Amino acid sequence: MNNDVMAIELKQITKSFGPVVANAGIDLSVRQGEILALLGENGSGKTTLMNMLSGIYKPDSGSIFINGKSVVINSPKAAIKLGIGMIHQHFKLVESLTAADNIIMGSKEKGLFLKKSRAEKIRSISRRFGLEIDPLKKVHDMSVSEKQTVEILKVLYRNANILILDEPTAVLTPQETRRLFDILRRMKQEGCAIIIITHKLNEVMEISDRVTILRKGQSVATVNTAETNIKELTELMVGRSVELSIYRPEPEYDESLLEVHHLTVADEEGFETIRDISFNLKKGEILGVAGVAGSGQKELCEAIAGLMPVKKGAILYNKENLIGKSPKEIINLGISMSFIPEDRLGMGLAASLSLVDNLLLKKYYQGKGPFVRKKEARALARRLVEQLDIATPSVDAPVRKLSGGNVQKVLLGREIESDPNVLITAYPVRGLDINSSYTIYDMLNEQKKKGVAILFIGEDLDVLLELCDRIMVLCHGRITGIVNAKEVSKEELGLLMTGAASDRPDLQEGGNN
Amino acid sequence: MKDNAHSIKEPLMRVVKKAELGYTKTALLSLLGLAIAIAAGGAFILIIGHNPTDIYWSILQGAWRSKLAASGTIKIAIPLLIASLGITPAFKMKFWNIGAEGQIIMGGIFATYFALFWAHLPHYLLLLVMFLAGMLGGGLWGLLPAYFKTKFGTNETLFTLMLNYIALYMIKYLTEGPWRDPSSSGFPKIASFDKNARLDLIFGVHAGWLIALILTLVMFIYLKYSKQGYEISVVGESVNTARYAGMNVKKIVMRTMFISGAICGMAGMIQVSGAAHTLGDGVAGGVGFTAIIVAWLARLNPLIILIVTMFFAILEKGSSVMQSSYGLSQSVSSILQGIILFTILGMDFFTRYRIVFRKVRKKL
Repeated sequence: MNNDVMAIELKQITKSFGPVVANAGIDLSVRQGEILALLGENGSGKTTLMNMLSGIYKPDSGSIFINGKSVVINSPKAAIKLGIGMIHQHFKLVESLTAADNIIMGSKEKGLFLKKSRAEKIRSISRRFGLEIDPLKKVHDMSVSEKQTVEILKVLYRNANILILDEPTAVLTPQETRRLFDILRRMKQEGCAIIIITHKLNEVMEISDRVTILRKGQSVATVNTAETNIKELTELMVGRSVELSIYRPEPEYDESLLEVHHLTVADEEGFETIRDISFNLKKGEILGVAGVAGSGQKELCEAIAGLMPVKKGAILYNKENLIGKSPKEIINLGISMSFIPEDRLGMGLAASLSLVDNLLLKKYYQGKGPFVRKKEARALARRLVEQLDIATPSVDAPVRKLSGGNVQKVLLGREIESDPNVLITAYPVRGLDINSSYTIYDMLNEQKKKGVAILFIGEDLDVLLELCDRIMVLCHGRITGIVNAKEVSKEELGLLMTGAASDRPDLQEGGNN
Repeated sequence: MKDNAHSIKEPLMRVVKKAELGYTKTALLSLLGLAIAIAAGGAFILIIGHNPTDIYWSILQGAWRSKLAASGTIKIAIPLLIASLGITPAFKMKFWNIGAEGQIIMGGIFATYFALFWAHLPHYLLLLVMFLAGMLGGGLWGLLPAYFKTKFGTNETLFTLMLNYIALYMIKYLTEGPWRDPSSSGFPKIASFDKNARLDLIFGVHAGWLIALILTLVMFIYLKYSKQGYEISVVGESVNTARYAGMNVKKIVMRTMFISGAICGMAGMIQVSGAAHTLGDGVAGGVGFTAIIVAWLARLNPLIILIVTMFFAILEKGSSVMQSSYGLSQSVSSILQGIILFTILGMDFFTRYRIVFRKVRKKL
């Protein structure tokens, strides 16, 4: 391997979407056998840039060199031919097929029939890179990290030697992340060039050789990882210095507001997504919920909000059972739920309606007569825009036109304005930049001080540990532990998330390890 | 592997979704689309050996040249306008009601029952009863697919489409069976309505035009300012959001489809009572399908639906005048209408998307 030739070199790449300039003259390079971390806040242009490498978009201007040669990448197929493989955040796998068939799919094998030897070829690649996978296992039987391994194998099978990973650790436990990093290091030794997109600074420090930082569509700096630190990276990313610790006021109340007893929830096919869980939520506390994606978080939220039928158990709010009540009755009791789905707009907001109309969502029926009263909502909209610094052309603009962070502020702002007693919030900072995230934490803390009971479903363990009073860990719909956030470590949470701590009784209660 | 890079061809053109346009830009583009459509139709007229300006002038003039022609144009517009307004709330809810045709027919059948067997009632009471019966008939015909969709998740597109045929053959059955006019010899038909059961004329055209205009305004206000209109928008945007907001989605879907069908049924009542004075299998005559195009082109805005409907009516009436005054066959005017419509619908594509052509690249 010739280390002087750049595997990837991007020169002055510019791409705009209508009036929005997503990338403005970006330079970036990766050597063979190097891991480059691409760092930047949401909307800084990371994904756009990578999509140009993988053939989904085309740059308006600028040039791309792969292994020293100027290329034009017109389609994902062209990218594969050039040896570029992208591993997306959301897996693109056929659930009912085996790992081997997913890996081979679309790779144009010669001959009419699939060869029996395909599993062998996959096994040999696995061995070379230290991946553990059974090629004949069906995808729907796999864990998240196994699915990711299949995605990686898929690109390796196509002889990719340039890998792009888009937030690969978002869905993994700390233990699984470590394993992924081992694989990446192995690939690096084999001479692959790797670009990893991530928000998590400690991971950047751990895995990368160099870091390129994007801000507002421009590449602001490229630094050697060994010569930098988290503080410097944050400042480069945000453009000024930031305070990184989250403020956690002491809980002032000690009465239980919401009690869940032996709750079991099953989906339409009868599969139990929540299995016999019991916990209580106190006034003026933030109870965090940790767990690998899909451990029952969404179902728990929906069950409390009355959106999902409950199979067994009780949910008591001030000793009153919520089960059997309609969503409207539950809203009227002052229980508010804001769930930020992955696409942000799926539940809780109506994308084409204006900000004003969206604020009316839960109270449009109030007031006499057949017409909706918009006057107060308009005043509220103006106030929220100012208070929360929501960037929008006007309060009558459809929320679809707002950026993700602003959409989330609208959603959470509306829930808080409804003056709830219980606030359920799932992934409120999903994909937000650092600044907006802190605005949201402040909003939550303010509610906590007012005595609101908050159930905070989070992704980032560091945030959960700093913001919450207690953390409840879900694994496959079961509670594997409810721990004191001040006394637990990230590793312990990780063990609970995989359910591996069942032989650690010390972690089941209290977590004073 | 590396040499492949240069052999990869860039496609000649590709389609890119446009940023959303403002109202003025959309309106301008629509007008441009109209102009191009007229030019395309003009090319066709030239090919068959006529002068496009003359032909277009005769279409425009033909629709309004006499009182009779004008009332003919308006008579075409009335059911189209009402049916387009009828499917609008359903479409806004993303419930693809393509059963307006059947709902018009059912409205006609229900109204006809009273016209035939209760003709002795006082005139205005009879008309009111027929009006309500028509709305009930159409409404129930719209409610049926909504009920099955909310209950069993059936596909509303197929369901509403199939109901059209059931309604149509119901007319045939009634015509040949129980409601057959005994005094008509030969061809079976339903008797003409008693004068008592016919809609009054206002300014020489049956009162349907006034009803349609009022309905346009009511529908505009209903969708934009009412609580129910708000619910329709939210359900159309996202069922999950609607549920989350505590809305009873099933109730809203069924109610909206009842309203949608009822308005189409109203069109059926007005057709039998105002225009045909009897019930025949041409009572809907494709209006329920044209209404889909109208509502869609007007982007579900009732006020624009009024404009688009008038355009359609002028085109249809004017073409028939043009055809007789130039001695052309009916198919010529159908082809011309088809070309104009097709071009307008095609141009609509460009208000939503644009095409990027391959750039000529300089050799490096």
